[in-house]
Amino acid sequence: MPEQDKASKNPAKWLLGTLAKSLERIGAEGLYYLEQVGRMGIFLFACLLNVVRPPYKLFPIVRQIHFIGYRSIFVILFTGTFTGMVLALQGYYTLRKFGSEGLLGSAVALSLLRELGPVIAALMVVGRAGSAICAEIGIMRNSEQIDALDCMAIDPYKYLMVPKFVAGIVSMPMLTFIFNVAGILGGYLIGVSLLGVPGGSYFQEMYRSVDWADVEMGLVKSLVFGLLIIWICAAKGFFLHLERSGGFGAEGVSRATTSAVVLSSVAILVWDYLISAILL
Amino acid sequence: MVDAPQKNIAIELIDVERSFGRQQVLKKVNLAVEEGTTTVIVGASGQGKSVILKHMLGLLKPDRGQVLVYGQDLAKLRKSQLKEVRKDYGVLFQNVALFDSMNVFDNVALPLRERTDASEAEIRANVEEKLALMDLEGVNEKYPAQLSGGMKKRVGLARALVMNPRIVFFDEPTTGLDVSKSNEIYRLFHKTQARLKYTAVIVSHDVPKIFKLADHVALISDGVIEGCMSPEEFQLSDNPTIRTFVRETMGPIYCSEEEERFIHEEA
Repeated sequence: MPEQDKASKNPAKWLLGTLAKSLERIGAEGLYYLEQVGRMGIFLFACLLNVVRPPYKLFPIVRQIHFIGYRSIFVILFTGTFTGMVLALQGYYTLRKFGSEGLLGSAVALSLLRELGPVIAALMVVGRAGSAICAEIGIMRNSEQIDALDCMAIDPYKYLMVPKFVAGIVSMPMLTFIFNVAGILGGYLIGVSLLGVPGGSYFQEMYRSVDWADVEMGLVKSLVFGLLIIWICAAKGFFLHLERSGGFGAEGVSRATTSAVVLSSVAILVWDYLISAILL
Repeated sequence: MVDAPQKNIAIELIDVERSFGRQQVLKKVNLAVEEGTTTVIVGASGQGKSVILKHMLGLLKPDRGQVLVYGQDLAKLRKSQLKEVRKDYGVLFQNVALFDSMNVFDNVALPLRERTDASEAEIRANVEEKLALMDLEGVNEKYPAQLSGGMKKRVGLARALVMNPRIVFFDEPTTGLDVSKSNEIYRLFHKTQARLKYTAVIVSHDVPKIFKLADHVALISDGVIEGCMSPEEFQLSDNPTIRTFVRETMGPIYCSEEEERFIHEEA
């Protein structure tokens, strides 16, 4: 072992070599993530550029809205109702300690509009549509269908991405709206019908305390989340072949889908905080 | 060439080099494809046939050297210009790469829908015509997963030809097909080229059958092109690499049993 011999003869050199090696690894890691961030940025830019650039095709967008938006309605209604119900239940027992059960309506509405509505609706859409988008595009990448598009002089950004981006940005606020309505009615169901808060004051307090800024915050959040979901999930599928693990085959697609779901869920919660901090 | 001054070069590769990691796959590849002819690139698996094709398609960029398509260097083109070049292309991929969530009709119609303003009736007429040309009737509503390998190839060919391209690329058009299905593909190739007059670049290792289609045969071996010549010249070439390739791939097929024994005894 000549290397070891050298090392024992010159410990300073050996130490330097080890240090350089670990630095090299950190550098390589850093470059990898930097490259990924850059790629994602360029991807988003290309997609948004293609969104505003003609020609505009309505039908593919409608189809995607059907998939991302319309087909999520049931799950959104369901989760929205239960979120509102649990908010009313928890809120009631907290508010009762202060003797202000009458404020239940405004407590439910404000938590839903500003926070829970956009976040939970977005998380549901990640699970339902985001994973599907990532898997679909990843499989297209793996079976050379995206190369085929390129060779047929069909821009994959224009053809595949634009309808999804537009549909995501259009659907998300609407789904959030549905979630909020379902939640408020679910809260009413528990608060008024079960726990005996007077029905008039439930809506009266809500009407008094909710103002435009709350609605606006929810709207901004849902728009940003819609963009984030499609961006991350579509890019993860689109750049499947550049993944470090190689992104090969069914396992490659499954790994990319998992990381797309995790990454977009994390991104939603981080951006939720950032938007709240900026707008409050 | 002095005797053929009017021949146009459709695609030209000049000193193309390309490495993947430490492995140099293409070492100075030079190749010219004349317009209206059929050029076949043969070679053992893993020698870089598909890599050459991907350079011609602009999916890969050379490390050094140029890929010229009608005189334009693909590496220097902007994305929109590359798109213009590719409008003249038709490609039949090795795995066909049909869009598996669309039915046959939509697959073939896609280039028309995305790249032209044709009405749905015009699209229908054009697609039906191309499918009929491929002897594919009554499969419009089927999905790629419901088709046999040979039918997929024919749908792929219909899709490649639907825009009446000037250059058509075939990556291993008969891989995985039995003899009669392969012959079917070759027959369709003949028929469509006679009608549409496209330039064809075929990557294949179906030697010797592929020679019947070829105007020029190029052998890639060890990252270089060994001669680009007519099939007859190719089979009689003195070049040792080509001789070895011809002997290995097609020697016994053309021999009767007695001759074969003779060859084996000699060797």
